[in-house]
Amino acid sequence: MCLAVPAKIVELQGTAATISVEGALREVDVSLIEEPRLGDFVLVHAGFAIHKWDQSEVDEWETIRRGLEVAGSGGGG
Amino acid sequence: MMVVVQRIGELAQRVGRDVNLMEVCGTHTMAAFRSGLRQLLPSTVHLISGPGCPVCVTDTNYIDAAIALCRRPDVIVATFGDLMRVPGSESSLENERAAGAEVRVVYSPTDAVALARENPAKKIVFLGVGFETTAPTVAASIVLASKAGLQNFFVLAAHKTMPHAMEALLHDQQVKIDGFICPGHVTVITGAAMYRFICEKYRIPCVVGGFEPFDMLKATEMLLAQIADGRADVEVEYSRSVSDRGNVAAQKLMAEVFEECDAGWRGIGNIPRSGLTIRMKYAAFDAVPALGVRFEPARPHPGCRCGDVLRGVITPLECKLFGKACTPTDPFGPCMVSSEGTCAAYFKYGKRQAAV
Repeated sequence: MCLAVPAKIVELQGTAATISVEGALREVDVSLIEEPRLGDFVLVHAGFAIHKWDQSEVDEWETIRRGLEVAGSGGGG
Repeated sequence: MMVVVQRIGELAQRVGRDVNLMEVCGTHTMAAFRSGLRQLLPSTVHLISGPGCPVCVTDTNYIDAAIALCRRPDVIVATFGDLMRVPGSESSLENERAAGAEVRVVYSPTDAVALARENPAKKIVFLGVGFETTAPTVAASIVLASKAGLQNFFVLAAHKTMPHAMEALLHDQQVKIDGFICPGHVTVITGAAMYRFICEKYRIPCVVGGFEPFDMLKATEMLLAQIADGRADVEVEYSRSVSDRGNVAAQKLMAEVFEECDAGWRGIGNIPRSGLTIRMKYAAFDAVPALGVRFEPARPHPGCRCGDVLRGVITPLECKLFGKACTPTDPFGPCMVSSEGTCAAYFKYGKRQAAV
């Protein structure tokens, strides 16, 4: 239940944002994070962005995911 | 990834004894099974599952109270999907919905506020379960309803908090824990400093881990390194999301709406200071006083050992009901119902992997 998924902000209006999770769009509330901007990667839980990743953190996540694909493990979450 | 596995092997040799590492969070349990991670660990390193599945630790009498509410003709119960199939003493929310009760599954607590706006003649009761990750989102929905002047939105709150539950497990004579893989998304909100007292008071190392298989392996390596060195510190593996102080805005919102209380955990019992109750200021949104909710003594299934599973005392394989009388399609206990319940994980990913 404490699952939170990384998602990209693709639209932003005040504290309401549209996020994209691998292409699926969803409205979320961004009032709990500081200075949300278009293009930011955020962790989303129960309709709220609860954390914002900076670029180095996005890169780290992508490296970990890529490493998994190479290892053939798949999955993750 | 294999380098980490190799280091884990070396560290396990240095430690030279069996160690129990508790992954507190149900999402960690699921991630470990899904990736086959347990099979990569040395035979002396045991991952044991903890109580970090909110649905699993929600008391049966709470489910009974929610069921009693949804039977009222003027009430719509809104809930996260995980709770739908959890058995109460006699029924489940899913069964009640099939029998005609209005029970709606929502994605966010704010969806329940929208339901209240759309249905002014009905009372909307949101089932507020979840740990520190979820509590701020429920607090936000109460503030939203308050600002909108809604008089038909209520929360039946049973939020729980992790640190004192983890502490309670350290007092349990039946469980020996050598290190905690701390819940990643709880700690996004609370900050990692929250666990410091566990290290200082009990000398148990804590590492906050992420949810990719690599994260969990790395967290395991960091715990073993601490054990091998005789250290007990709070360390953060999941540093891309977790800071020492956490999400301050979310903490403030939680403190605005909720206050600490003692809480009953299914299978564990009462744990002081491990729950959140709605403050008097927002009592108009608290379903308990506002709608006169009563919690009656529950009648859980006598053979169900979810409580022992949640404390890490037994694995699901040691429960007589597991896989026979109790399956995901016909569950007796919440650990088989929730998508992140330990029994559901063991059932889904098979005994071979689970036995490692």
